Amino acid sequence: MNRIEKKFKELKEQKRKAFIAFITAGDPDLRTTAELVEAFEHTGVDIIELGVPFSDPLADGPIIQASYHRALNKGATVKKILGLVEGLRRKTLVPIALMSSYNPIFRFGEEEFIKACARAGVDGLIVPDLPPEEAKNLQRLAQEHHIAMVFFVAPTTMDGRIKSNTQAATGFVYYVSLTGTTGTKTAVASSVVKHVKHIQRFTSKPVCVGFGISTPQQVEAIGRAADGVIVGSAIVKTIEAHHGKRDLVPQVTRYVSSLVKALR
Amino acid sequence: MMNKYPDKSGYYGSFGGRFAPETLMAVLAQLEHQYQAIRKDRSFQKEFAFYLKEYAGRPTNLYLAKRLSTHLKTLKVYLKREDLLHTGAHKINNTLGQILVARRMGKTRIIAETGAGQHGVATATAAALFGLKCVVYMGAEDVERQSLNVFRMKLMGAEVVPVHSGSKTLKDAMNEAVRDWVTNVHDTFYIIGSVAGFHPYPAMVRDFQSVIGKEARRQFLAREKKLPDYLLACVGGGSNAMGLFHVFYEDASVKMIGVEAAGHGTDTRQHAATLNKGGVGVLHGSKSKLLQDGDGQVQVAHSIAAGLDYPGVGPEHAYYQASGRAQYVPVTDKEAIEGLKLLSRLEGIIPALETAHAIAYLSKLARRVKKTSTVIVCLSGRGDKDMNQISQFIS
Repeated sequence: MNRIEKKFKELKEQKRKAFIAFITAGDPDLRTTAELVEAFEHTGVDIIELGVPFSDPLADGPIIQASYHRALNKGATVKKILGLVEGLRRKTLVPIALMSSYNPIFRFGEEEFIKACARAGVDGLIVPDLPPEEAKNLQRLAQEHHIAMVFFVAPTTMDGRIKSNTQAATGFVYYVSLTGTTGTKTAVASSVVKHVKHIQRFTSKPVCVGFGISTPQQVEAIGRAADGVIVGSAIVKTIEAHHGKRDLVPQVTRYVSSLVKALR
Repeated sequence: MMNKYPDKSGYYGSFGGRFAPETLMAVLAQLEHQYQAIRKDRSFQKEFAFYLKEYAGRPTNLYLAKRLSTHLKTLKVYLKREDLLHTGAHKINNTLGQILVARRMGKTRIIAETGAGQHGVATATAAALFGLKCVVYMGAEDVERQSLNVFRMKLMGAEVVPVHSGSKTLKDAMNEAVRDWVTNVHDTFYIIGSVAGFHPYPAMVRDFQSVIGKEARRQFLAREKKLPDYLLACVGGGSNAMGLFHVFYEDASVKMIGVEAAGHGTDTRQHAATLNKGGVGVLHGSKSKLLQDGDGQVQVAHSIAAGLDYPGVGPEHAYYQASGRAQYVPVTDKEAIEGLKLLSRLEGIIPALETAHAIAYLSKLARRVKKTSTVIVCLSGRGDKDMNQISQFIS
């Protein structure tokens, strides 16, 4: 069983919800990313989403765009990020999903990419600009190599697509809490909870919610219905605020820890 | 040779598709439905034809450029005068079509991206005509280069948002427009200015621009009693070229040449020759050729012409190139300026910098042809907007 699926099974048995933390791989540099992943695991983060930086991410707001820009300027590449995961696997078994725009994957070669992910110990893929219709080949390859392929449901997704997207997804279903880019608006917990319950009528797979979540109160409220809560921009913003400071890792981890606790 | 593309999934051979965030999938499906409906809807076609004629000033002339032809010796050059349209370029054909679609879909807010500002102006124009709110995203560098067009858009009530991310040009303006759309999808219609983007945009924009080719074909046949030997048009995203080419697709004897911006030269890193120098990739919702590095990061394009300064290209052009139906050639900044001077002096027509690339290639084509040949050049826009930039470049 894939590490992400296993994690959700464990959580279900313990009647717990997943806290999923997103950070951009290579921001401020790959070594710090590795330290953050380890520190996050120790503080109770269940799944790590590593952002593969891209020059033109369509679904991301200014905070994540800027972090991608910094990571690219520091020389982060798909190969180096896979190397980072491979290194981490000697120390931690925390489930790791890569979040990437499609072009870096396409350019790498879908088959080569999936094989390299499997070798490195990547557990899942999230590709925001690759709907299931365009993902058939990647999905087949991912399945062959036991890598989860996460698909999205948005507030605009009609029931027919909720059904097919949740059917296509493995690992978990990513519910985008609002119409917008990452980190620009605030999710309204009451409406999110309603939507999540609606999606859960179509699937027994874990439904995790991301976009516009930054406070322990939101995490707690959304966690009541969702199987997992994803925080990205707010963590990336904290990383940015502590750039160049020695206590970056503990400071960021302290913030993440406050979010993790909200689910306990 | 039937052109059956795009297929049901929005592909032209192996290019095209719909690589969109989930939030946009519903509206793209609605748009596709609407697009299929209007193709057969007589009342829509009638309304569209009305605005093209009465408002934009169609049909445009197919003008025989006698002095230019004499100068070139081996070419008889016809200019399809899209520069004579209201707002000064072919872009208005598409924005009038799309704004009618937006109205049918009940959308009240219009957004657009623009490079040279011609599409932005054409969108602001159409929005003013129908009293719709309009926001245009424009790279900060282009806002600088094309200040006159910024002023025009504002005068017509549009909000112009300078985009400071990335290369501050057309690519980044399009990123920002997509992000706006993801955020405001419930009431907003995105008028894409080129044969690029998510399916069905490349097909829809092509069809709205095909009025260029339909008229040109009819006009040329009436004048010459035969088909032209060559079609020539500049290609950034490729909407004026596709509007001309597509109609002649099955006329196998007609050779098509798209002219790309080679900037400082295709052997440098400062160019926008996507079809000549790019690799296959996915940008802004479709799979096509793309200027990118080995890691799939999109590279910054360069051209003196803001409207060609784009690292991608419409998927149907990538298909035409791969299948050999059209040929795509590069022309540098300097050559384009020479082309602009040539047409200005010989014909009293100052073309847009974008269009000047196609004009510049005529001299090369004239040397290449074995016997005297006929050619239709899409004179996609006029040069008024470029006067500041050209005077700086020349001095």
